[in-house]
Amino acid sequence: MILHTLIDYEILRVIWWALLGVLLIGFALTDGFDMGVGALLPFVAKTDVERRVAINTVGPVWEGNQVWFILGGGAIFAAWPPLYAVSFSGFYLAMFAVLSALILRPVAFKYRSKRDDPRWRSTWDWALFVGGAAPALLFGVAVGNVLLGVPFHLTPDLMPMYDGTYYGKFLGLLRPFALLAGVVSLSMLVMHGAAWLSLKAEGPVAERARTIGVRAGMVAAGGYALAGLWMAFGIDGFSLTGDVVRDGPSNPLYSEVARGGTWLSAYLERPWIIFAPVMGFAGIGLAVRGLQAGREVSTLLWSKMAIAGIIASVGLTMFPFILPSTVDPTSSLTVWDASSSHLTLFVMLVATAIFMPLILLYTAWVYKVLWGKVTEDDVNGNSHSLY
Amino acid sequence: MELDIVELSRLQFAMTAMYHFLFVPLTLGLSILVAIMETVYVMTNRPIWRQMTKFWGTLFGINFVLGVATGITMEFQFGMNWAYYSHYVGDIFGAPLAIEGLMAFFLEATFVGLFFFGWDRLSKHAHLAVAWLVALGSNFSALWILIANGWMQNPVGAEFNPDTMRMEMTSFFEVIFNEVGQAKFVHTVSAGYVTASVFVLGVSAWYLLKNRHVDLARRSIAVASAFGLASALSVVVLGDESGYSASHTQKMKLAAIEAMWETHPAPAPFTAIGFPDQEARETHYAVELPWVMGLIGTRSLTTEIPGINDLVAEAEDKIRTGLIAYDALMTIRENREATQPEVRAAFEQNSGDLGFAFLLKRYVDDPRDATEEQIALAANDTIPGVAPLFWSFRLMVGLGFSFIAIMAYFFYRASFRGMQFPRWALYGAVAVIPAPWIAAELGWFVSEFGRQPWTVDGVLPTALSASHLSVGDLLITLAGFMVFYTILFIVEMGLMLKYIRKGPFQDVEETEIWAARHEHRLRTHDGKGPFAPTATPAE
Repeated sequence: MILHTLIDYEILRVIWWALLGVLLIGFALTDGFDMGVGALLPFVAKTDVERRVAINTVGPVWEGNQVWFILGGGAIFAAWPPLYAVSFSGFYLAMFAVLSALILRPVAFKYRSKRDDPRWRSTWDWALFVGGAAPALLFGVAVGNVLLGVPFHLTPDLMPMYDGTYYGKFLGLLRPFALLAGVVSLSMLVMHGAAWLSLKAEGPVAERARTIGVRAGMVAAGGYALAGLWMAFGIDGFSLTGDVVRDGPSNPLYSEVARGGTWLSAYLERPWIIFAPVMGFAGIGLAVRGLQAGREVSTLLWSKMAIAGIIASVGLTMFPFILPSTVDPTSSLTVWDASSSHLTLFVMLVATAIFMPLILLYTAWVYKVLWGKVTEDDVNGNSHSLY
Repeated sequence: MELDIVELSRLQFAMTAMYHFLFVPLTLGLSILVAIMETVYVMTNRPIWRQMTKFWGTLFGINFVLGVATGITMEFQFGMNWAYYSHYVGDIFGAPLAIEGLMAFFLEATFVGLFFFGWDRLSKHAHLAVAWLVALGSNFSALWILIANGWMQNPVGAEFNPDTMRMEMTSFFEVIFNEVGQAKFVHTVSAGYVTASVFVLGVSAWYLLKNRHVDLARRSIAVASAFGLASALSVVVLGDESGYSASHTQKMKLAAIEAMWETHPAPAPFTAIGFPDQEARETHYAVELPWVMGLIGTRSLTTEIPGINDLVAEAEDKIRTGLIAYDALMTIRENREATQPEVRAAFEQNSGDLGFAFLLKRYVDDPRDATEEQIALAANDTIPGVAPLFWSFRLMVGLGFSFIAIMAYFFYRASFRGMQFPRWALYGAVAVIPAPWIAAELGWFVSEFGRQPWTVDGVLPTALSASHLSVGDLLITLAGFMVFYTILFIVEMGLMLKYIRKGPFQDVEETEIWAARHEHRLRTHDGKGPFAPTATPAE
């Protein structure tokens, strides 16, 4: 097959780097509000009927939303195998915690209202809370660790090894900056969940969600600004030195990497990327205003813009780095040396070009069918078909 | 078994994968049975068929969610526990997994919500389309997983790249149309259909025994036994296809399943029963059926099937060729720019057997330092555990044939004996419910345990594939999964039983209105024309 040489290897790598971002953003935009609603559940809904209203706003869609996460895993495996290998084994126990939360959550959704026993229901409500809040926090912690760099190195056989006390140790991940990133991520998704509840629920549930959402938005903006300052003054960046081969074999050990300076120098080299943090701040501001004013559809859209901007800003700031190594900078994974082969990237791009538009189309149709608010009458009248 | 990372990782993978596969076969089959029932509903408009769709749909949902939840573990576990494997073959193996997400997961997961929540929001036909899309999505998902798994059994369309120290794809078409993957796909989905059919049959039989929901149970048996008979036949036929493809792709696995130590002159006999002895390399008290093995394995009377001893000798040769490749690879790596063409040529000629040199890494750090004894030991390692494979395979096949008999019997009674089932047969149908799960798990055991000592046959040994973790990490996650999965299993079984006991939600008013209208139609058409009376007396 020579068809794949139609698109340069270098360009395919950039496309797949961008698609990685698209998938992460897609995950945060869709499953993000599910997790936000989970994290909000104990605070916005006090009675069983209120809880069922909140749960049923995401009831029909969480399953599809969660596929963004699974597809994210699959796409990293297919397009960035070294990243898949190094990060998931390096964050081993943290990954286990995330998986546990994400396994618990679907089961909680599905099983919660299948028995009337209040103890049964409140146990699953806790599971929904943990299943929403814990991953929302941990994804941010993971991103924070990526920005700080991770202590791994690759052997000449390209076996990933982890060094020091950090490796696999869950607590080693909870560094102060990473925790701050976790707070940003959690508050951002709580705001998103609040925007969703404001659109899909009514009465006290929507009201409480709006109040909490405003506060969460403020925390997110403050945390995001603080993280920017911290990166400017307290965190080393990484840079490629020597000849940069952009279409060479995917072997991280062939490139030379220096640690030092700041990540933010990217904004001097590529000033246009400032759009991402601007989108982030503006989106939060407008979403907070929207929550205060009780606007519904536009608030959700602003919240989406904020999330897209914040996630994009991380990727654009680090480009071309994907996973820097603190103990052996040469082992760092970059866009130019950690991808799949030329052929695989091409095949996967074709598959994505075929299926992604279809997915967006039928997902949009499903949301359209389900348009409208979930009310207390709905959940009372349909106790055998709703959650 | 000592506590080492590789063994613990294998245990965890086997446990989580087999647990996942408790839910998958029922999802595969029940999604289709439910869609068939809804199709009948849309075609006939009879409320009973909608109640059936909803009832079996509820059980489908309880099962589906655990299939999804435990599938998340599978998607990430390769990276978590098998980091070197992920690096080494991710270029090929990752693609079907990602396409599975794109093509299958999104489809089933997006529409499954609408299946449960969309009854009042969709037209009848749109809802039926949703039901079929869920079934289609589930089955597509199996297709891509088995393409991925088929590649581990028969790694075609890829070659080793010394610059990136990994296998890279050379032909996507070869990977997709890998005969092993295709044969396994149809075999596996058919097994899922049988599982769901046995489940529906068993639950319905229980209702008949209790004299509850008789209308629903009889119709369910009619659907399940017809669908189950076709599926049970197809499992066996397609399983035979898998065996045939193993005879030229995975000779060692086949020889181990058959406990065939020596190469027999063609056509080889089939050992129906015997006691394989791995140490003495012979099978005690073997009962042999002449010719059968040769016919199944090669579909000819003249092609030989090699025995284990000859295959070990062959593996020893491959280790030596692999060592030439390994030596060339090290030379290439030391001086990437200025490697002589003859070294590259030597590598390319022998790189197909590079994986065999890696078998020595269990014994020495640098395979080139291996002694003759170590080479012999490594060659010996290529024999998987014969006795467990021999017995698991026979048990699976026995169960497979018994499903044909069960389904044929119920199909016959349902079609030609006016739906009258003797009580002993109904008790039997209830008792046999767990059997297809046992058969399916045994099938995976034969397939994956039979692939040892490789993760990717002939390419990457299992011993090299694991992540650099500590025993402590593994014990934490292993214990975590065990506790967690056990609780979920108890909860799931509890809900399943609760909803089976509760039975279908029957809207009496709706049924009566329909029956009155039906009665009216029958009268006005005088039993002729399109509304000929086909209803059973129960209506």
